[in-house]
Amino acid sequence: MTAYIIRRLWQMVPTMLGVILLVFLLFNWVGGDPAYVLAGKISNQEQIDNIRRQLGVDQPYWVQLWIFVKQVLTADFGASWSTNEKVSHILATRLGPSLTVLVPLLVIETVVAIGLALAVAYVRGSLTDRMVMIVCTVGLSISILVYIIVFQYFFAYKLGWFPVQGWGDSFLENLFKYASLPILIALVVSIAPNLRLYRTFVLDEINQDYVRTARAKGLSENRIMWVHVLRNASIPIITHLMAALPGLLLGSFLIERFFSIPGIGREVILAVERSDFPVIKAITVYVAFATILSNLLADLMYKAVDPRVQLK
Amino acid sequence: MSTSSAVLSSPRSAPPAPREIPDHLSPGLWTLAWRRLKADRVGMASLAIVAAFIVMMVLSATGLVAKDWSREVGVNYAPPTFVGPDEAAAQAGRAGPATAPAGPTAASDFQSSVVDPIGDVIAELRGEKPAAAGEAAPSSSVDPLADVMKDIQSAKGAPGMTAAPAEARAATLPFGGDKWGRDVIKKTIKGSETSIFVGLAAAAVATLIGTLLGAAAGYYGGRTDDFLNWFYSVFSSIPYLLLILAVAAVLQQKGTMTIVLILGLTGWTGIFRLIRAEYLKHKGREYVQAADAIGASNGRKMFVHIFPNVSHVVLVQLSILAVGFIKAEVILSFLGFGVPVDVVSWGSMLNEAQNELILGKWWQLVAATAAMATLVTAFSLFTDALRDALDPRLKGQAGS
Repeated sequence: MTAYIIRRLWQMVPTMLGVILLVFLLFNWVGGDPAYVLAGKISNQEQIDNIRRQLGVDQPYWVQLWIFVKQVLTADFGASWSTNEKVSHILATRLGPSLTVLVPLLVIETVVAIGLALAVAYVRGSLTDRMVMIVCTVGLSISILVYIIVFQYFFAYKLGWFPVQGWGDSFLENLFKYASLPILIALVVSIAPNLRLYRTFVLDEINQDYVRTARAKGLSENRIMWVHVLRNASIPIITHLMAALPGLLLGSFLIERFFSIPGIGREVILAVERSDFPVIKAITVYVAFATILSNLLADLMYKAVDPRVQLK
Repeated sequence: MSTSSAVLSSPRSAPPAPREIPDHLSPGLWTLAWRRLKADRVGMASLAIVAAFIVMMVLSATGLVAKDWSREVGVNYAPPTFVGPDEAAAQAGRAGPATAPAGPTAASDFQSSVVDPIGDVIAELRGEKPAAAGEAAPSSSVDPLADVMKDIQSAKGAPGMTAAPAEARAATLPFGGDKWGRDVIKKTIKGSETSIFVGLAAAAVATLIGTLLGAAAGYYGGRTDDFLNWFYSVFSSIPYLLLILAVAAVLQQKGTMTIVLILGLTGWTGIFRLIRAEYLKHKGREYVQAADAIGASNGRKMFVHIFPNVSHVVLVQLSILAVGFIKAEVILSFLGFGVPVDVVSWGSMLNEAQNELILGKWWQLVAATAAMATLVTAFSLFTDALRDALDPRLKGQAGS
């Protein structure tokens, strides 16, 4: 087990270096001279030369790459080009609001999607099942933008049940006042694809021999579904959840933007709007690292849930 | 016993049955797939809808339909006919053509237009929803006019406008008008041009990249495979939307082709993995060995011999990607990272509709949403049907 983890961690190194190289090429080569992007904001030749020296872009490419690698390793990306705030400080302060929305969303969404998937799969082929699947397909084809616009207008603006947007200082106020409508919208949006997927996972298990055996020995239907089937269906579900985890951090970026939640997702959009390269670079690299690590975590969880799995 | 031996012996004595059927009557993969697809009523219906959208896109692109979409045929925010004319706007119209706001107005006209139709809306906002207005965006809590002013100011800069004479403007339009009185239906058709073109073109680019790299990785194996796999794992470890935004940040100039490139260059990873697996499977088969024996080159084996046998995977992936890219284009254009402002797309329509909804003008939102939802639903159902027809073993599995 330990040997496996060490080997997997070792195998990550080339991928992480690749991510660094890709981001470097994208922003320092495709994006052109960073000093000229900054020059759009400051138009003074002397200052531009200063900035070039400060950023190290007057150096050859391999020196610049080394500077970037050092930045990644020390988590010191310098200051934002727009607000002059430290990038590390931006990341640290924006993570909290994102997680305030994300963690409750993930918990509620998983519980609801699994419960519904078990129920729908149990009555598979019936009118209820088909109706739920049709609603899911149609619901999936409406843009997430429309859900946000309509829900924000209706529940916050028209009915006044929730604040239209905003964010406070206290965690509980944020969670129950400001985050509840964003969580509700994200829930509505993400439940359709997950329900469809989890339903097929449950359907794969529901026709297995062990289900028939459990039924033959007189177990209640509830116990069969919630204990026997769920335990087995949770293997692909956990893999899917782990794989979706880092994406969720950004998946909520539209919601963060609409509701002015000062999270990572909104920061990405602001940074793209302002061509604030250090912030985008830092977020891209670290989210990619988080993805790579969560892939490993998914494999380890896989082993924990299913003892038959051989890690090699 | 005797019957089974008779059955066993009869094919040996008689020549094999398939030989008697002429080759051109034996149905191939595509014929069989088309037959299965034709039997699938949902699949055929969704194919018809998708085809109708594509025809609409082509007609719009060639200027046969919705050519005059930018003409201001109605009054500002003309309501749909089935709702009936807006009272405030109707009064403004009766008051005389001078007060009816035209598109690119001078500063004086701009003042009068604030006084007239939108003033009522603001009074309504203040009167009925004081609490909500107070909690709204900071800009509107400071100055409730700010949003409206912004709209009007942007209206001045709006391109391609041919203002109709004020008295010729209709009070209502079949499905309503936008804030400059342009027909929402024509705008939706024009928007489909961008959205569908971007979706299809970007899917073609991504499929091309994914297929070429996947074929090379699966066929050559060894170092090439290792390198391309590394390349794949690098790309796929960056979440898709983040990668799109990062590329959008770097590519400064906006345009339809830019967004096709962004989506195409970032979206090839899924198809790469599938095609690579298919080529790995096929390269050891007898027909490839036979091609090798008669001296076919690597390129010929890859694309003349193997490719037709994996093309059904490519086609299904192309369809899945197109659906995803249509949705992605809408989000990118909404955020302003997509097509330029003077190009109408469903995303930019949703962006306008967001502000209009606060004013109670819901029709542009409904039009763009309905068009997109219809197309995307039909396209995903068609993708499912296509996959079932081409690969019946997969039937019933989760799609897209």
